[in-house]
Amino acid sequence: MTSAKAEARPTTAPPERPRKRSRRRQELVAALPWIGPTLALILTIVLFPAAYMVWTSVRDVSSFGVDRGPAGLDNYQRLLEFDAFPRVLLNTVVWVVGVVAITVLISLALAQLLNKAFPGRRLVRLAVIVPWASSVVMTSVVFYYGLDPFYGIFNQMLVDIGLLEAPYGFTKNAVPAFLVSMAIAVFVSLPFTTYTLLAGLQAIPEETFEAAQVDGAGAGRTYLEITLPSLRPALAVATIINIINVFNSLPILRTITGSIPGYDADTTTTLIFKFIQADRQVDTASAMSVVNFVLVLVIILGYLRIVRPMRED
Amino acid sequence: MAATKRTRTPRWVLSLAGLVVALVFLAPYLVMIVGSFKTRAEILGVPPTYLPTEWHPENYLSMWSTPETPLPYNMVSTIVISVCATLLVLTVAMPAAYYTARTRFPGRLVFLLLVLVTQMLQPTVLAAGLFREFLAIGINDTWLAMILVNAAFNLSFAVWIMHSFFAGVPKEIDEAATLDGASRLQTLRQVTLPLVWPGIVTAVIFTFVAAWNEFAASLVVLTTAENQPLSVALTKFVGQYSTSWQYVFGVSIVGIIPVVVLFALIERRLVAGLTAGGVK
Repeated sequence: MTSAKAEARPTTAPPERPRKRSRRRQELVAALPWIGPTLALILTIVLFPAAYMVWTSVRDVSSFGVDRGPAGLDNYQRLLEFDAFPRVLLNTVVWVVGVVAITVLISLALAQLLNKAFPGRRLVRLAVIVPWASSVVMTSVVFYYGLDPFYGIFNQMLVDIGLLEAPYGFTKNAVPAFLVSMAIAVFVSLPFTTYTLLAGLQAIPEETFEAAQVDGAGAGRTYLEITLPSLRPALAVATIINIINVFNSLPILRTITGSIPGYDADTTTTLIFKFIQADRQVDTASAMSVVNFVLVLVIILGYLRIVRPMRED
Repeated sequence: MAATKRTRTPRWVLSLAGLVVALVFLAPYLVMIVGSFKTRAEILGVPPTYLPTEWHPENYLSMWSTPETPLPYNMVSTIVISVCATLLVLTVAMPAAYYTARTRFPGRLVFLLLVLVTQMLQPTVLAAGLFREFLAIGINDTWLAMILVNAAFNLSFAVWIMHSFFAGVPKEIDEAATLDGASRLQTLRQVTLPLVWPGIVTAVIFTFVAAWNEFAASLVVLTTAENQPLSVALTKFVGQYSTSWQYVFGVSIVGIIPVVVLFALIERRLVAGLTAGGVK
């Protein structure tokens, strides 16, 4: 693909053309041993399955994986006619917007704290890393256990400090279980977000703050008018990566709400896996995956358009 | 920065706030540690106890033969898949990162863009396609399939971070070595590599931790219990009538501690590394 493109590019001086073309080809051949393996892995394990999935989404595939011919847009139609689809879409929007917004707000405060010098700061920073490195499945599992209405230790804690009258079955019904899952999603997204904003804070030159102080700006005004605008690139990176991660998150909902029947606590991502595994409908799952990918692109573009994180002042 | 650091908030208040933050972030893992030492009767007891009445360290030996899932196999799967995927990423990404940082060639930008685009894709989005592909070529439900998946999806990050490190080494150092009669590979091994070591370590640890914790693709691709990694195996305990939580937590602790230690080693470079792709 790249070689064809390179050769097709017009060259300015016609007499030189054959020599130039062969030189370009030589350079490309020389590059292949170095970049070839990476290229091969990306083509076979990322781009090919992506194309294969789009293809599968317009095919009729049996539950044993046999391709029974073209299906047109039947798989997409089946999605639209799927009773729970509106609910799942709504859940997805609440999930992504809620988790990312709350994560960013808490992380702004945490980054501010971790940027100040105090005894024990290094240990606090290390503690904040732990949920990032840990398997999200394992973190979700311990929350599932802790929120059990009978033997759950977090439930007991909430009762002991007087926040609850009696233990509550957080993980037994769709809506509370979905909210608990959102809280866990925030919890595991905080470390990366906080670290990104912290890096952003450290990149703000000292003189900016000194100038603000000379002008007699208070702490609140300094934060709103200097810190926050300077953080814009870091906020953009953190938000976009979070949107992608939160949108594609499977283990939390799978662990916390997986044993609840129905689709009231599903997002489009968990629905894909129900189609693949429980219903063995790879064709419908492929159609859902394509819709999913378009959705995340739309959300990111919407964010870029509404918030304009990259605009210059 | 000094201006904001000279704040009216006393340092002990900050330390106290820091302590609360640390406790909140560690709470679930403390629950795991404490729970892993309880007996089955106690961990399922109502009401629950905060600390074990008796500590049972032997849980860490008996947990491997729990009936829910073949845990020793799951542990081996996790190790084999993450180690092989990391080695594969290293051998594949390093030459690409080095060459793209050092040499202009036709298609270089196209290649780098392609790498960047894959960073936007995750195995979760492509699970259906990967599943179909592996069925078609007959490597579904094998370690090889998951080694390839973990390598491919962490490749872009590894290439970008190493690329930026290689690009930071002055070309003159290379040229001096070449003038001294060193071959390109010798130069790479003896001169450049020591300088870009931090970038390589970051890429290696990041890939390893991501592969160690991978869940979505493994869930679909690996169907045999013996082939599954810990992340998939542990979900089988959830929703059971009476779960051996003490074993779940023992295994989780064993699965979490090594990767937390690795992550802590590259703490300072975590963000610089992660955002390298976006900033470039």
